[in-house]
Amino acid sequence: MSGNHPGLSNNFSRSGEKFSWSKDNLRSIKNIISKYPKGREQSAVMPLLYLAQEQNNNWISIECIETIAETLNMPKIRVTEVASFYSMYNTRPVGENLVQICRTSPCWLRGSNKITKTICKETKCEINDTSDDNKFTVVEVECLGACSNGPMIQINNDFFEDLDEESTKKIIDNIKEGKPNVIGSQKGRRSSENA
Amino acid sequence: MSDDLINIKVNQKEFQVDKNLTVMQACEIAGEEIPRFCYHDKLSIAGNCRMCLVEIEKAPKLVSSCTMPLMEGMSIITNSEKVNAGRKGVMEFLLINHPLDCPICDQGGECDLQDQAMYYGFDKSRYKENKRAVDNKNMGPLVNTIMTRCIHCTRCVRFATEVAGVPELGMLGRGENAEITTYLEQSITSELSGNVIDLCPVGALTSKPYQFKARPWELKRTDSIDIFDSVGSNIRVDSRAEEILRVTPRTNEYINEEWISDKVRFNYDGYYQQRIDTPYIKENQKLSISNWEESLKVLKEKLKTLKPLALIGEHVDLETGYAIKKFMSNYGKNNVECRTDNHAILESLDSYRFNTPLNDIENSDLIILLGTNPKIETPIINHKIFKAYNNDAKVFNIGENISLNYKTEYLGESLSNLNNENLIKALKKSTNPLIIIGSAFLNKIKNIKTLKSIFSYADKYKVITKEKNNLNFLNPYASRVGQLIIGNTTNNLCEPFSNLKKDNFELVLSFGSEHIANEQFNNCFKVYFGHHGDDGAMGSDIVLPTPLYTEKNGTFVNIEGRPQEAKKCHNPIGSAKEEWSILKKLSDELSFDFTPNTFDQLRSELFDKHPILSDYHEIIAVENSTSITPDIEFEDCKAEYPVSNFYMSDVISKNSVTMAKCVEEIISTPSLLEKSA
Repeated sequence: MSGNHPGLSNNFSRSGEKFSWSKDNLRSIKNIISKYPKGREQSAVMPLLYLAQEQNNNWISIECIETIAETLNMPKIRVTEVASFYSMYNTRPVGENLVQICRTSPCWLRGSNKITKTICKETKCEINDTSDDNKFTVVEVECLGACSNGPMIQINNDFFEDLDEESTKKIIDNIKEGKPNVIGSQKGRRSSENA
Repeated sequence: MSDDLINIKVNQKEFQVDKNLTVMQACEIAGEEIPRFCYHDKLSIAGNCRMCLVEIEKAPKLVSSCTMPLMEGMSIITNSEKVNAGRKGVMEFLLINHPLDCPICDQGGECDLQDQAMYYGFDKSRYKENKRAVDNKNMGPLVNTIMTRCIHCTRCVRFATEVAGVPELGMLGRGENAEITTYLEQSITSELSGNVIDLCPVGALTSKPYQFKARPWELKRTDSIDIFDSVGSNIRVDSRAEEILRVTPRTNEYINEEWISDKVRFNYDGYYQQRIDTPYIKENQKLSISNWEESLKVLKEKLKTLKPLALIGEHVDLETGYAIKKFMSNYGKNNVECRTDNHAILESLDSYRFNTPLNDIENSDLIILLGTNPKIETPIINHKIFKAYNNDAKVFNIGENISLNYKTEYLGESLSNLNNENLIKALKKSTNPLIIIGSAFLNKIKNIKTLKSIFSYADKYKVITKEKNNLNFLNPYASRVGQLIIGNTTNNLCEPFSNLKKDNFELVLSFGSEHIANEQFNNCFKVYFGHHGDDGAMGSDIVLPTPLYTEKNGTFVNIEGRPQEAKKCHNPIGSAKEEWSILKKLSDELSFDFTPNTFDQLRSELFDKHPILSDYHEIIAVENSTSITPDIEFEDCKAEYPVSNFYMSDVISKNSVTMAKCVEEIISTPSLLEKSA
């Protein structure tokens, strides 16, 4: 992975728009904070970063960090440290669909290289790049924990498993055309039952 | 208490040590040196450099000694082959990404990494791959960063959070991408920020003004005292030839620990700006260059006929103050004034000094700030209050609603808020309350009864008891406590300066006091003894150059009442002469009695007259005051703070380019960080 992976950069940027919690998130935040003892509210920083990322088009802007720091009454630099440490928090804008391709050994042995090639070709963007129409950002990641169903990719919150070049192309095409996709195994397997 | 002692072995020698220590501390007691980078006495333990590995018998692997607690019967080995190999390995990893730029690094010669690589490292590198490079970060006008050199010990991060109380530094990223930075690369807003330079074990954080100036072995070291606030921090002045190149702290566990404020650390370039280097005499409303002979001749004639008043400025040492007093006694009594800011006092020492030993502030559980902004007046005391705050002390503030780096409960503007219900409730619960009353109120008190009432109040709420006196008077001037001890004040009234009967004086001698420019002296003949040309010198009829505190020996009494010596670092600039020798010469010509012929004789005469001052480094002991009034009554006075701009509070720092940059980059640029903490 190059340093340009959106989750592995230490440089944060502003979105230019004010970030304030949505009503739903405010309710979840209350719930999350209540899980921690009094005086330890800062422990909620990770779930809050996740909520902020969801609400903010899948990336953490400086505005998000400042809002979280204010919500949890903690120094902004501490929030920044956490956000920069974990690769799942994107520190720069990503496309509507964040395509994460697993390239760890099991998926790689089952041909993740081909999947990568197909995705790059179909989405017309390089690894760690965002396509011109802002539909896709493609990144390579380490193990996503679905080894028995490799090769696999994750698009936003959904796993797509048991891929080959054809099914991968289909998934990308469906997204382009706004059609729904079958989530999970593309070979009709349930969970990780014997193929 | 033998319960707390346990038996351990260090390198097969037996020791008894406190069970609460770590392995590293025990090794230090045993006299074994343990190399370290991230561990620091004054900071929390991080354990991330791994340099302090030692072998513990029966433990399968080497353990980091700074994080390891002791156990009964533990046998620690610090000199085995295994330990040496471990240290070599850690050192090799630390050096993988450390650049080989020692020849152009400011830390060279006083670098922990350099030294320890020599003692514990390999003699050659096996690393052939590319080293990583990191962009430099902005940390403000004082701290220079070369982040490629950083070894991620996180001492600076812990210092900013735990000591300076400004959580602005942090480590972003992880692994090879880890980088130390301030939030969005803003300047550090602490008054103690310069201390990260001393803390940094490598050359990643160095002093910006000292960049490429000198090597440590070229410098002459002189022990001195910080005179830019009243705490009396111990400093070391490093100079080469006749120029001061940097100022660093000296450890004094009773006063400044290992820290000093940014003002004394960085304002030394102001020592050489706008200096008065030769006598001046006013001719046709304009100061023109003169010489000692002529100016002293004019002054002598004036002194024969006119009745003088002497004003003492904020940087005047005790010996000079004593010489002034001695000289002025020829003209009667009550003609020397150091309280030019109308500082109200009672007669005894405990009514104008900080009565709690500075180290005990952290033990307090309730602190009342009355008209003082310790953050900019005395950053070291502010650090101690911050320590108390972290020990769960409550801090109340009366005066202006100032912003500090810890939470305070604001009670209101006037002194009478001392009777606030919440406060009284908290005071009754508190076991060790502490009051700090600052110049903002002290300078405004018109009725002595108010001051006495504060004593009664302190007595009533157990701030003063038989064992302790936690009623503290804080002023920001280094000279004040000492000058008051030797009695350099005209009266014991409130508003001493405003109460001066102007008609009684026709000649004003100002020793570094800018108050000579006040309107009330318009009809007097004015003589300014000083080192920097500012309002005071500009408006005077004769200006005589005198040395700065680094150019002469002198004694200063700090705010606790602890006499300390500031030593001479280099010769005075230009034709400056020490004040006492000028007064000696005038005395001789006017046939006054002035026996001391040398500075040492003057000092021993001072100590003969005031033996309490001769005990350097010890707090002067006094009985608690008994001036207590039965009824407590506070007058209504508006707080007016003596220091509004930390970086420009006196003639010297006003002339410092570095301080001007601080004002521009730290104060004038509105910080985005104000809300955090």
